[in-house]
Amino acid sequence: MNKSELSSKLKQFLPAAAIISETEALRPYECDGLPAYRKMPLLAVLPQTVEQLQQVVKLCYRENIPVVARGAATGLSGGALPLENGILLGLSRFNKILDINPLTRTARVQPGVRNLAISEAAARHGLYYAPDPSSQIACTIGGNVAENSGGVHCLKYGLTVHNVLELKVVTPEGELVTFGSAALDSAGYDLLALMNGSEGMLGIVVEVLVKLLPKPERAQVLLAAFDDVEKAADSVGEIIAEGIIPAGLEMMDALAIQAAEDFVHAGYPRDAKAILLCEVDGTNEEVSEHSKRVYDVLTACGASEVRTARDEAERLRFWQGRKSAFPAVGRLSPDYYCMDGTVPRKQLGTVLTRISQLSEHYQLPVANVFHAGDGNLHPLILYDANTPGELQRAEDFGAEILELSVEVGGTITGEHGVGHEKIHQMCVQFSEAELEQFRRLKAAFDPHGLLNPGKAIPQPKRCSEYRTIGSGSASCSH
Amino acid sequence: MINNDNSKNLQQAVQEARAQQQALLIKGSGSKAFYGNTPAATENSRVLSTREHQGIINYEPKELVITARSGTPLHELQAVLAEQQQMLAFEPPLFSSGSLQAAGNQPASDAQQATLGGTIACGFSGPRRPYTGSARDFVLGSRIINGEAEILHFGGEVMKNVAGYDVSRLMVGALGTLGVLLDISLKVLPLPESEQTQVLECSIQDAISWMNQWAGSPLPLSAACYDGALLYIRLSGAPSAVASGARRIGGDSLDDSQSFWQSIRELQHGFFKNDKPLWRLAVPADTPAIDLQGKQLIDWGGAQRWYIADSEYIADKGNTDNNHESLYKTITDIGGHVTLFKGDTDAGVFHPLSEPLLAIHRRLKQAFDPQGIFNPGRMYREL
Repeated sequence: MNKSELSSKLKQFLPAAAIISETEALRPYECDGLPAYRKMPLLAVLPQTVEQLQQVVKLCYRENIPVVARGAATGLSGGALPLENGILLGLSRFNKILDINPLTRTARVQPGVRNLAISEAAARHGLYYAPDPSSQIACTIGGNVAENSGGVHCLKYGLTVHNVLELKVVTPEGELVTFGSAALDSAGYDLLALMNGSEGMLGIVVEVLVKLLPKPERAQVLLAAFDDVEKAADSVGEIIAEGIIPAGLEMMDALAIQAAEDFVHAGYPRDAKAILLCEVDGTNEEVSEHSKRVYDVLTACGASEVRTARDEAERLRFWQGRKSAFPAVGRLSPDYYCMDGTVPRKQLGTVLTRISQLSEHYQLPVANVFHAGDGNLHPLILYDANTPGELQRAEDFGAEILELSVEVGGTITGEHGVGHEKIHQMCVQFSEAELEQFRRLKAAFDPHGLLNPGKAIPQPKRCSEYRTIGSGSASCSH
Repeated sequence: MINNDNSKNLQQAVQEARAQQQALLIKGSGSKAFYGNTPAATENSRVLSTREHQGIINYEPKELVITARSGTPLHELQAVLAEQQQMLAFEPPLFSSGSLQAAGNQPASDAQQATLGGTIACGFSGPRRPYTGSARDFVLGSRIINGEAEILHFGGEVMKNVAGYDVSRLMVGALGTLGVLLDISLKVLPLPESEQTQVLECSIQDAISWMNQWAGSPLPLSAACYDGALLYIRLSGAPSAVASGARRIGGDSLDDSQSFWQSIRELQHGFFKNDKPLWRLAVPADTPAIDLQGKQLIDWGGAQRWYIADSEYIADKGNTDNNHESLYKTITDIGGHVTLFKGDTDAGVFHPLSEPLLAIHRRLKQAFDPQGIFNPGRMYREL
């Protein structure tokens, strides 16, 4: 079916304004938060009701047209990259908070509601939604479910999968089903868990019931400066060994510190090789006790300076530096490429050393910002796409970091998803039998392979090519 | 502790079963044999024991992760964690002291010590569940044997991992119908520095309302249960936080907090000492008193209601005058679901699934176990 035939079929049940077909109007939909990859969809469709959305999906099912769902497109792995022969299904109009129940501590929301908007709406009840990815001002809850998003507080409060109770999902056939429930579990297989992080490949989320938590009575941040990255990394395990689960435990290296300092003047020590931000929260008494103990641990681990935020304003300023680290680093270079490997915490020091060696090898600077408590690294590789060969070098460098993560017992992606970007590295992390199990699982939900096909799970041919050729130096030889 | 990797033998057993079109009834210690539907009895089925596949593969307290084989006795695993001041924060029941036998008082036997594999396959969580999370919340990775007799590894030992579908969490509560669990990696947490339980006498309305209100305020709650007359609230954390929380909640401090919560977790509390079928009603936490004939005990801060019916209301097996359908409907309308946790009636054990959901279940079963080798009928007849 060509574009105009499809468009006229859609017009039978959608207002004209909900169908975008002009090339220029489609331009904003050609990529997500990873603009290195772009593709124009056949059409973009913006339904406003679940019934309309079901009709779109049913039409696509009948006509065998692939569907790529998209929230706010802040994803960093090309998960919402359109397909040339497919529909881009925008969920931005599903932007209503349907209900907040302060007694059960839940919010029922449409998928296009922004992450932060949930916490803002819940604030008057003293409640908030815990997962807080850095993009939380813009990213939507539907996208969070698709990626199983984390944030800076997930060591203590979990990922999206731990904070979602129920999903209403449209199947590829266009049927509306419910996974999970308003109770704490549901009958049958845990399809709710499976949907989280499934990258829009198993169903289209049209409603989300999230768990809200009471705002802690108090939160306190400690900032520790180190003259050595490994010392900072080691102190992470020591805090855990003390029996304390910090609400947030973040680390930045020298380049990231300086970039953040220049950008938002967070008050970070400019000469430090690494800083650690450790937030403890809970009741007033608990926070006092834990801050003291964390202070002692950091000092014993060789921190050159430990500061406790004097007041709420300083606490927010410390976080401001961390939360704006990506744009801050972005000012240093025309382009940057953000990686997302996760490693066992004890490997942090080793991995950072290897990354700095690779940085020399590829002649590309790298700034490290990461969720140290989770072992989730976000190396930002600086490059200039206008310099011939630099994008390729950045990609090769990134691929090596991901493979290094697998080598030390970690994973290629902690929270950004595989999407289009890391599909080759899936062949490194998983055996062919495991990938085949993923494919069969996908087919159980989507027998015709119409939902976001080609993402996340590589086809066997792709893997055998990748394993044979390797990507430059990114072979598995080390 | 025994340390024995039996995966090759288990794999071989699955290969044989596949070749001979046999069904395998997966069994750890058998401590939860009472749970689930009776597997379709065929001559061509045999027990596959994970008991020999034992031992802790990796435990690093600073990483907050433990990886162990499925046959590892749960109490041994918990003892190893306790030595490092850590715990399984979903507080799983052990069901190993004969508490669920009709007589109620048999001593613990070695043969019935819950294993890690059985705990995860059943997906059981204890009183701490509403406040810290469920068994599936703490699963980070697994190694399984699928119906093609392939050994597959999903997830891992890191806190965050979104590479591929979350098959490990899918295995939790699947009752072994999708594969044989070999090894499981779990996130662990530090033991609370202190715990205290406050007891208050109140009506069921007040109990439900207070449990929910307190859970929505910054109190260090770790369990909340109402037995029909008394409300029990457990607080966990730094001693000073527990003390100030207890003052805010009021009531009296319970002398033996630990054994009370153990009796709730292990279903040994007086409420459960009964031969009648035990129903588990999972409902939204603020659900008011559910009007059913019989008695109820509220756990999980209101989200889990244990129910024992009057015999004339839901009759035992063979009685045609049953009210299962109306029980299903009552709970479905509330937004919850029903499980026949223990006991024998004509009802299926698990809440019936809608047709589109059942279709996904059938296809998933097909995707993991195309020949239907594993625990056929234990969960739903069709799976």
